[in-house]
Amino acid sequence: MKLDRRTLLQAAGGAGLASLSSLLPAWAQSGSAGIAPTLPTLSGADIALSVGHTPFSVGGRTGHAVTVNGTLPAPLLRLREGQPARLSVTNTLDEDTSIHWHGLLLPFQMDGVPGVSFPGIRPRETFVYEFPVRQAGTFWYHSHSGLQEAMGHYGPIIIDPATPDPVAYDREHVLILSDWSFLHPHEILRRLKASPGYFNQQRTTVAGLLSGEDRMSAEERRMWAGMRMDPRDILDVSGSTYTYLVNGHGPAENWTGLFRPGERVRLRIINAAAMTIFNVRIPGLPMTIVQADGENVRPVETDEFQISIAETYDVIVQPTEDRAFTIVAEAMDRSGMGRATLAPRLGMSAEVPPLRQIPNLTMRDMGMDMGSMAGMSGMDHGGMDHGSGGMNMRDPSLAPPNMAVGVGVQTISPMPENRLSERPTGLETVDHRVLVYTDLVALTPNRDTRAPSRTMQIHLTGNMERFMWGFDGRRFSELVEPIRFARNERVRVTLINDTMMSHPIHLHGHFFELVNGHPGHQPLKHTVNVAPGGRVSFDLTADNPGDWAFHCHMLMHMHAGMFNVVTVRPLDEAAS
Amino acid sequence: MRVIATALAPILLTIAPAAAQDHSAHTQTPPAQVTPAQTPDPHAGHDMQMPTDMQTPSVSASPGRGPADAADRYFDPAVMARAREQLRVENGEVITHAVILDRLEATFDDGDEGYAWDVQGWYGGDINRFWWKSEGEGAFDGDVEHAELQLLYSRAITPYFDLQGGVRQTYRPEGDRTDLVLGVQGLAPYWFEVDGALFISNEGEVTARAQAEYDLRLTQRLILQPRAEVSLSAEEIPEFAMGAGVSNVLAGARLRYEITRSFAPYVGVEWSGAVGDTRDLIKANGDDPDATRVVLGVRALF
Repeated sequence: MKLDRRTLLQAAGGAGLASLSSLLPAWAQSGSAGIAPTLPTLSGADIALSVGHTPFSVGGRTGHAVTVNGTLPAPLLRLREGQPARLSVTNTLDEDTSIHWHGLLLPFQMDGVPGVSFPGIRPRETFVYEFPVRQAGTFWYHSHSGLQEAMGHYGPIIIDPATPDPVAYDREHVLILSDWSFLHPHEILRRLKASPGYFNQQRTTVAGLLSGEDRMSAEERRMWAGMRMDPRDILDVSGSTYTYLVNGHGPAENWTGLFRPGERVRLRIINAAAMTIFNVRIPGLPMTIVQADGENVRPVETDEFQISIAETYDVIVQPTEDRAFTIVAEAMDRSGMGRATLAPRLGMSAEVPPLRQIPNLTMRDMGMDMGSMAGMSGMDHGGMDHGSGGMNMRDPSLAPPNMAVGVGVQTISPMPENRLSERPTGLETVDHRVLVYTDLVALTPNRDTRAPSRTMQIHLTGNMERFMWGFDGRRFSELVEPIRFARNERVRVTLINDTMMSHPIHLHGHFFELVNGHPGHQPLKHTVNVAPGGRVSFDLTADNPGDWAFHCHMLMHMHAGMFNVVTVRPLDEAAS
Repeated sequence: MRVIATALAPILLTIAPAAAQDHSAHTQTPPAQVTPAQTPDPHAGHDMQMPTDMQTPSVSASPGRGPADAADRYFDPAVMARAREQLRVENGEVITHAVILDRLEATFDDGDEGYAWDVQGWYGGDINRFWWKSEGEGAFDGDVEHAELQLLYSRAITPYFDLQGGVRQTYRPEGDRTDLVLGVQGLAPYWFEVDGALFISNEGEVTARAQAEYDLRLTQRLILQPRAEVSLSAEEIPEFAMGAGVSNVLAGARLRYEITRSFAPYVGVEWSGAVGDTRDLIKANGDDPDATRVVLGVRALF
């Protein structure tokens, strides 16, 4: 379909008048007519960014944010496939900062992880990132220093393809989802260490048992309690402190993106939250997923999808009616939502659906095969606690020899299942279509068709009571061995989630192929959500030499130790 | 001592090596063999070629040769070394602290009005912590009846339990004591917070104390907390009117309302009684071996 430039320009002018907030870049301002190539965003061969302190207001309160060029979210970077990028980043903070270009394939020394790819950017210093732009799609960027990302240091990147885009659309909007707290992220982490259920205001109660609202019998509660596990421990940090943002707008501020009925609207959705997985839907409007993590996929229509932290999804919607639609980004634990509106004109809004029932975790989320549990109804569930026989939730013989089964390992999934074809947490029984990972099929054939020459297993481990997280039972601070790959080798990596939490696992510098039942067309991803008690395999061609970060994108999980370095050697092709 | 054993049983159970547990009950259903594949396969996504690495992961020694740290090629190795150390600390070595004011209360017992406190705090990492605890009580119109401060090194030894050792200084009108402390604190199955310790005083007395509490959530904010405590002594200590064996038992329940997770006022009732030889000693002194108090206080987390 053809782009009507003049209409977009007129709409852009209107949006400019309507928006008064200097803290928002044009594309993120409410009433945005959408992004057109002509709209002022940061693009070109030489881009200057400055990291600093900025006040940020939402819901009538003002807090302290760490921002790029003074806006939250940070400016949209619009690049073109094939161009050389030059980005100078100046640090005006009193502490080190950095920018990691999430999902971009670039030389490792430009990846922006202090202590892995470079030393970081010291106060009052400027670091110049230079790399060729090799991809096209939706990506994002954020700080990899301390917990700055949780304070607003994130923004979107769009790279336009060098060749005609296989996705046709008339208009596009960026929706960058995030979570904002007026508590400093270090204070959030401190409270989690002191009291792991601190932010959970949705635990099972006696009142919930009596009224039936908890949907959990006394017997089931007894079983969970015997294991010292909380079936309502779904997200560590909840809406009790977070305001969920869409393009920097709280739910009441209702960010609005405009459309004209009949248009194909491309929504580029990015989860830049620190600790929140969202379930996204637009009641009344089916969504066609066309891209995941910046890589095109075969279009698949759905009504709701889960977007884990650091993932991106591009969807096409085609509203034909002259009315508003609510974009709902509900936190996975149902403790709050991000809300925005798609409307033909500013000031319109549609019904905002109430938060849905709080999900209860099941034994499957503890890595137990429900099949083998079938005969368990008559069995004494109390026998599930440690030491009294029955199901052992922490059997060291199930751990590989290289795993440290210590204080940091609370449970070991007895039977971790491949859950890629399952609906994600909380969406198991909703009465509309839900995207599952097996729906993702790469649009173009996978480039590397070799069978993996070796396999590798990495356990995602943790202790929720102590808020300790790590890989194979170790926190990164314990001087762990890096994960080593030979250059260009093809490896099947299996991630096994030994915990009851979801972990969005991100590998820098590479896209891996999700082993989801579509050989030859395995979807390429930079981040994959490993469901509680589940396992995920991906095929990796380690073709980008250097040192790379590999970590859980739950920022506090990473900070608590769920991090490692991946090395790809040799560095020089000639030496191999 | 049997009571100690009973009180510590959940702790010991948890500490018992998990390896000793019986998991013969596992009946792993072997996954169906499906050739990986065709798109409309209902099993799509189940990479049913259940990796053979499930039990024996292949760990390659060190694939690929090259420098240990790639970034040293582009940046000053000394500067990178500092950045790497910071990265190490920032990803796992979280040093933090907490102060838990479990009880700060006014007590009402037949016209006798007094106060009591029970507070603890820690500073450190996930495994090693400096831990301190203080508790005490007194009458509003009189002296402090008992006050103690423990300074402990605490080490996480299992996913749920810490081993703690250190010193305790106790002040009492009848005489002060300095003790060596060896204790265990943590979370027992069914969410019981337990704390048990053995004390050896500078006078050679051996005593012990164990306590357990439980949070029963009536609603998200209204919480009923039953709490029990048992004190023991290896020998008679006439100075403190303590007999050998179990000396005192205490049981109470507090109903708190969490205005925030960090601040909760409560109301409660607590009964304490002397037992065994201790009871006789107290009666011989002409004192009442039992007491029932109404308590009013706040719980706070800093």
